[in-house]
Amino acid sequence: MYALILCWVQMLEGVTGEMQKNSEVRHGESLNVSEMIAQNKNKKSISNLVEKLIPTFLFLLALITVLTTLGILYTLLSQAIEFFKQVPIWEFFTGTVLKPLSQNPEFGILPLISGTLISTFIAMLVAGPIGLMSAVYLSEYASDNVRRVLKPMLEILAGIPTIVYGFFAFTFVTPLIREIWPDVGATNILSPGLVMGVMIIPMIASLSEDAMTSVPNAMREGSLAMGATKLETTFKVVIPAAFSGIIASFVLGISRAIGETMIVTIASGSSKNFTFDITQSMQTMTAYIVEVSGGEAPAGSTIYYSLYAVALTLFVFTLIMNLLARYVSRKFREEY
Amino acid sequence: MIKQMDASQLRSRMNRRVRANTVWKTIFLLATLFGLFVLAILIIRVVSQGASWIDMDFLTGRLSTDAERAGIMGALLGTVWVMFVVIPVTLIIGVGTAIYLELYAKKGKFQSFIETNISNLAGVPSIVYGLLGLTVFVRLADLGNVVLAGGLTLALLVLPILIVSAQEAIRAVPAHLSEASYGMGATKWQTIRRVVLPAALPSILTGSILALSRAIGETAPLTVLGIPALLIPFPEGLFDTFTALPMQIYYWTLDSSLVAEYANLAAATIIVLLVLLFVLNSVAIFIRNKFQQRY
Repeated sequence: MYALILCWVQMLEGVTGEMQKNSEVRHGESLNVSEMIAQNKNKKSISNLVEKLIPTFLFLLALITVLTTLGILYTLLSQAIEFFKQVPIWEFFTGTVLKPLSQNPEFGILPLISGTLISTFIAMLVAGPIGLMSAVYLSEYASDNVRRVLKPMLEILAGIPTIVYGFFAFTFVTPLIREIWPDVGATNILSPGLVMGVMIIPMIASLSEDAMTSVPNAMREGSLAMGATKLETTFKVVIPAAFSGIIASFVLGISRAIGETMIVTIASGSSKNFTFDITQSMQTMTAYIVEVSGGEAPAGSTIYYSLYAVALTLFVFTLIMNLLARYVSRKFREEY
Repeated sequence: MIKQMDASQLRSRMNRRVRANTVWKTIFLLATLFGLFVLAILIIRVVSQGASWIDMDFLTGRLSTDAERAGIMGALLGTVWVMFVVIPVTLIIGVGTAIYLELYAKKGKFQSFIETNISNLAGVPSIVYGLLGLTVFVRLADLGNVVLAGGLTLALLVLPILIVSAQEAIRAVPAHLSEASYGMGATKWQTIRRVVLPAALPSILTGSILALSRAIGETAPLTVLGIPALLIPFPEGLFDTFTALPMQIYYWTLDSSLVAEYANLAAATIIVLLVLLFVLNSVAIFIRNKFQQRY
């Protein structure tokens, strides 16, 4: 558009002679200015339009996250309802026998729930104490330089894909455990539980450390000035003050362990026995979903729908944990 | 009444407390090193097992049941194609949502509803996203288990991560920059496009690379989508079936109880995946250090 105006001005200048240049140029300029005002008005209305459209567009983008949630809920609920039409909901949640592929299939979710809870328990037995102790070291004892080295290295652990941990559990940790304890099966719940624990350490360490670092120094100094050692200060002042954050980090760790899939799928096998023997193979909810969806479950069959009923249970478990973590860290946070 | 205390008794008590402090300090340090110790074992184990299997034939070869001839070109290409879907989808939706939440949305119930929703989505297990992708993209949209379906599923999975990091990046742009822009007569969108976004770009890119590296390491959703690791042609577009590096690792690990060499192939593929992730993360750190301005 500018080029057009420029052409227009040059044409005007060309038509008018040298003699009348001054007056004609003034005339040309005035034309030019009114043109430009018109142009600007035009541009303004376009940019006004943009200004009005952009928020709407961005709003629609923001709605995609809401749609994702609705999509998950709709998918899980609608298909799980189909499942509960074929298998009574009471039988599903109290059944201890899971035989989806047999002639007379039985769908009891308890073996999966026990597998999930046992692997989570083993993982937290590793990740809880070690994560918390790492957090204490990083926040209370380590010098700035040491922390600057250790913390990113610890975070590498969190960045390693879970499939790699699965490989590690299956080909290294399980054979190692079997050397020491020959009763342990080639697939068992113990080894993936332990490896899962290692995977969750950095999560608990980093969240707990955040909670402890946000305890004001005045409180530490008060305790130290009273003659307490660093250890006493940590256990009697810092940890109580950061307690809500620490509990929240544990709850999030549990949620992560419940939802973890590949480690248990690879290293714990697919036995659906209702057992509490950690040396044996057990299937978790997540591993069941992988097995059934990866297998030949035709869409529309009961076993296909069972996938969604199990996933719905898993979703509710993790949702409760996540909401609990948020509730704990909000409700019991001490303000300083 | 003050209790009388013997000086030697006091000293021994004091010594005990100080010693407890030292002992526990060592225990805390060992606990911190434990994670790194396992990390070291893991890496040493994988490298010693797989490094000798990596050569040009392995990287550029086709999949084969013969362990000596098997290659991972198909999986590599599949992962790259998936990245081509994940990057634009997450960037557009993620940054758009972040701009909306930080700069346009009125602080109130709706905005906090969306933010709560996003943080809940971040906690949903990845396998549930797999079921969403299977139901919506593979079955309902009838795409089949193609690159587009896999990419969109993974994009939705990492979207919350990107949104949160983009929000932080935008929040970190100091107000005086945008106020100066408004003072010069710029409109809100002009200010966002020419001042806020350029200033936040390095952090946004860092966040998006980290989200991307999460996406390419994910396996669980892909197993649900039914991504194969069979002898399929190399993917050449968004609507081709594909396999990806983590799926390749998964199948080789599972089959290692049948053919022992498959464990080595899995280890070699893990090295490739870890190197890829390492490069991505280094780029992210480089961008953050190089371009981030302190105001």
